[in-house]
Amino acid sequence: MALDSKIPEGPLEEKWDNHRFGIKLVNPANKRRFDIIVVGTGLAGASAAASLAELGYNVKVVTFHDSPRRAHSIAAQGGINAAKNYKNDGDSIYRLFYDTIKGGDYRAREANVYRLAQVSVDIIDQCVAQGVPFAREYGGLLDNRSFGGAQVSRTFYARGQTGQQLLLGAYQALMRAVHSYGVQLYPRTEMLDVVVKDGRTAGIVCRDLNTGEVFSMSAHAVVLATGGYGNAFYLSTNAKNSNVTAAWRAAKKGAYFANPCYTQIHPTCIPASDEFQSKLTLMSESLRNDGRVWVPKKLDDTRSPDQIPEDDRDYFLERRYPAFGNLVPRDVASRAIKHEVDAGRGVGPLKNGAYLDFGEATGRLGHDVIEERYGNLFEMYDRITGEDPYKVPMRIYPAIHYTMGGLWVDYNLMSNLPGLFVLGEANFSDHGANRLGASALMQGLADGYFVIPYTIGDYLAPLLGTKPVPIDDPAFEESERAVDDQVRRLLSIKGHKTVDELHRELGHVLWDNCGMARSEQSLSKALAEIPAIRDEFWKNVCVLGENESRNQALEKAGRVADFLEFGELLVLDALKRNESCGGHFREEYQTEDGEALRDDEHYAYVAAWEWKGVGDAPEVHKESLNFEYVHPSTRSYK
Amino acid sequence: MSNAAMQITLTVWRQSGPDAEGKFETYDVPGVSPDMSFLEMLDVVNERLMHDGKEPIAFDHDCREGICGSCGFMINGQAHGPERATATCQLHMRKFRDGDHLTIEPWRSAGFPLIKDLIVDRTTFDRIIESGGYVGVGTGGAPDGNLIPIPKVVADAAMDAAACIGCGACVAACPNGAAQLFTSAKLQHLNLLPQGQAERWDRTINMVETMETYFGSCTNHQECEAACPKSISIDFIALMNKDYAKAQLKQRRLVGQSFP
Repeated sequence: MALDSKIPEGPLEEKWDNHRFGIKLVNPANKRRFDIIVVGTGLAGASAAASLAELGYNVKVVTFHDSPRRAHSIAAQGGINAAKNYKNDGDSIYRLFYDTIKGGDYRAREANVYRLAQVSVDIIDQCVAQGVPFAREYGGLLDNRSFGGAQVSRTFYARGQTGQQLLLGAYQALMRAVHSYGVQLYPRTEMLDVVVKDGRTAGIVCRDLNTGEVFSMSAHAVVLATGGYGNAFYLSTNAKNSNVTAAWRAAKKGAYFANPCYTQIHPTCIPASDEFQSKLTLMSESLRNDGRVWVPKKLDDTRSPDQIPEDDRDYFLERRYPAFGNLVPRDVASRAIKHEVDAGRGVGPLKNGAYLDFGEATGRLGHDVIEERYGNLFEMYDRITGEDPYKVPMRIYPAIHYTMGGLWVDYNLMSNLPGLFVLGEANFSDHGANRLGASALMQGLADGYFVIPYTIGDYLAPLLGTKPVPIDDPAFEESERAVDDQVRRLLSIKGHKTVDELHRELGHVLWDNCGMARSEQSLSKALAEIPAIRDEFWKNVCVLGENESRNQALEKAGRVADFLEFGELLVLDALKRNESCGGHFREEYQTEDGEALRDDEHYAYVAAWEWKGVGDAPEVHKESLNFEYVHPSTRSYK
Repeated sequence: MSNAAMQITLTVWRQSGPDAEGKFETYDVPGVSPDMSFLEMLDVVNERLMHDGKEPIAFDHDCREGICGSCGFMINGQAHGPERATATCQLHMRKFRDGDHLTIEPWRSAGFPLIKDLIVDRTTFDRIIESGGYVGVGTGGAPDGNLIPIPKVVADAAMDAAACIGCGACVAACPNGAAQLFTSAKLQHLNLLPQGQAERWDRTINMVETMETYFGSCTNHQECEAACPKSISIDFIALMNKDYAKAQLKQRRLVGQSFP
């Protein structure tokens, strides 16, 4: 099937306006004749569900959390970008568009990114109207700060809890829609299959996590807003329950999975300390506004940081990238830190980190200003490590944080399966090969508040007068049976390895061979090892208990089973992309000074993979990327 | 950083379902690293239980960064354990001593029915938010964000209230099982801001009355503030009570204006 991205004609600035005028509308009185299922209640899902319900659609919302407010968007710390130019520093929609395309290493669609920059300003207005308590200046106006990959201050924030406040805004809008617009909420319900009938998405199959009951829901359209797949690596900054299951089960029903190898490593996480470690904790990128990253110049320097004089310190980001300094984009900073640690200059008991030092900033700004800006982050660091960052520099190391890849979608955010829409981190569309800081929140809310409410109408309008496929249709029954069979199979294995042990094995393989640096050799090794873990999983996994009451090991087993299939695709995509770009760094393809070396002639395309069966080679479909406005060049932050 | 491994004894509430009978079970946990978080210690216990063919302890958790509000249980009678302003996932074993005996129980409140072991159902909190915990603006049509200047102190106070993570520790810590701290945090986040004024009085009445259908009454024990992982101040309860009293009068005046 050919991929039609449906990018509108016309000049860049007019594409979205023209498109909104050109697409079909559903008139207000007819909207109630359409049923829509939204899966996931993070920024994208909650904002979409609330906005669609306000328009008059019948909306059902499914989340595996106990409350929509728990979705992982809540953990985002730093901020949200918007091209408001409130700081009078030269920002514009075009500049945000340009920064995002460049930051994404020229692997995103121009039209989508421009639209994102356009609606970014509306997001801030919407959130302020909802009562999101953004940081203010003394005069009462909104405050901004700067973030990596940009030379302007365009990031809006609410202390170190921006994701929390934006999600609560969207959650409250959703709860208002439950109260006033009849949204039906299904908490503690996990989506386990997408049902396709006659080439259209007919609904989903879910499992009630409290009772184990498997049931179907049908609708005219399904919206997946189910987040990213960073937990394939076991250790990541993702919440423990974040998973690829919804997206992967859609992929197994025919939705194409695009660019899975684009994984983002966040440079400033707390280094791992031991095998029992269950997750890694991110320290907001905003810290790089005032913190300076350094390692000792000497190898194996065991002096405590305060005993190392200035002359013996290497502020390697400032040295290598004088223009952006400590605020280079995430992929660049991560690789630079890895380079130092690999060379033996790492700090901390396991020599697995670099310092992030606030000494100079504290001297310049005073303790109080630092506390005002970063107090809660410092406390969090202290709580986890037992070290006080006001006195001892923080130690940081990169970790898996975000995944730019996801289900392929067109300009309307619809996958290649008609009626299946994908929003937020779950889709692949806007960040190319690397996402800039404070842009995930922007994209999630753009998709949910300001894109899907318009574009879904174009799909629904011609369906007026049709009823959703009934849930006793054989397509639903077959799907329910498959879900049920898998649950029973997992419970019947009664093996000797726990789900976490097998997940950790997969994580090690992915991180060691398909992490910050990848090579043909390491990727081939991973491709040989993953199927072996998968085989062992299905022979030797231990899931105790029953289906009929809450069973967290069973839930986790289903998710890890999907990671074990998906992980192979991630590695394969990395192997087939013979270039380095953004978060995908192939050791064979680098410049003399170790920067990523893109191959625009051969790889300026989106790789959208069609699943063909477990262990069978997937088929790649290519969407070529055309840059009419921003000319791909070597990304330089020097 | 790390030092010698500790030996901990855990007594945990085990209950297989909402209607099953529950009981305490005790487990010896050797080899606890002080650098483990409390939940990582439970992960290790669960791995060992599963290897012994026993069902793991069910507990809610997700972000493990103290922000999602999923986790939480009573540790030796204290909601989220002994460290102030800290959710269970951010509590580390270095706060305990070698040889400690810890008793873990779920939140106990009629408003939070038990699901399994340490997991409770907190959907009553969603019902309180649903009854008015929002500013009633739809998507689209919002004026420029800088149109309404908000004094920094007001924005900061609203943010202090908005920091609530909805974990339920306030209810669990309260001898009356009252949800005043949770309710007042959302109410005052919105009632303090100019955006929240249009619905202020309706919101106050609806949220307070919904709260009262599920939870107990506040008698100023102040346990909620002490247990709160975000240190939400009970000042917000006082402001809520003031708004509730005012709302009764304001509502009456509106009725008077509409039907003279």
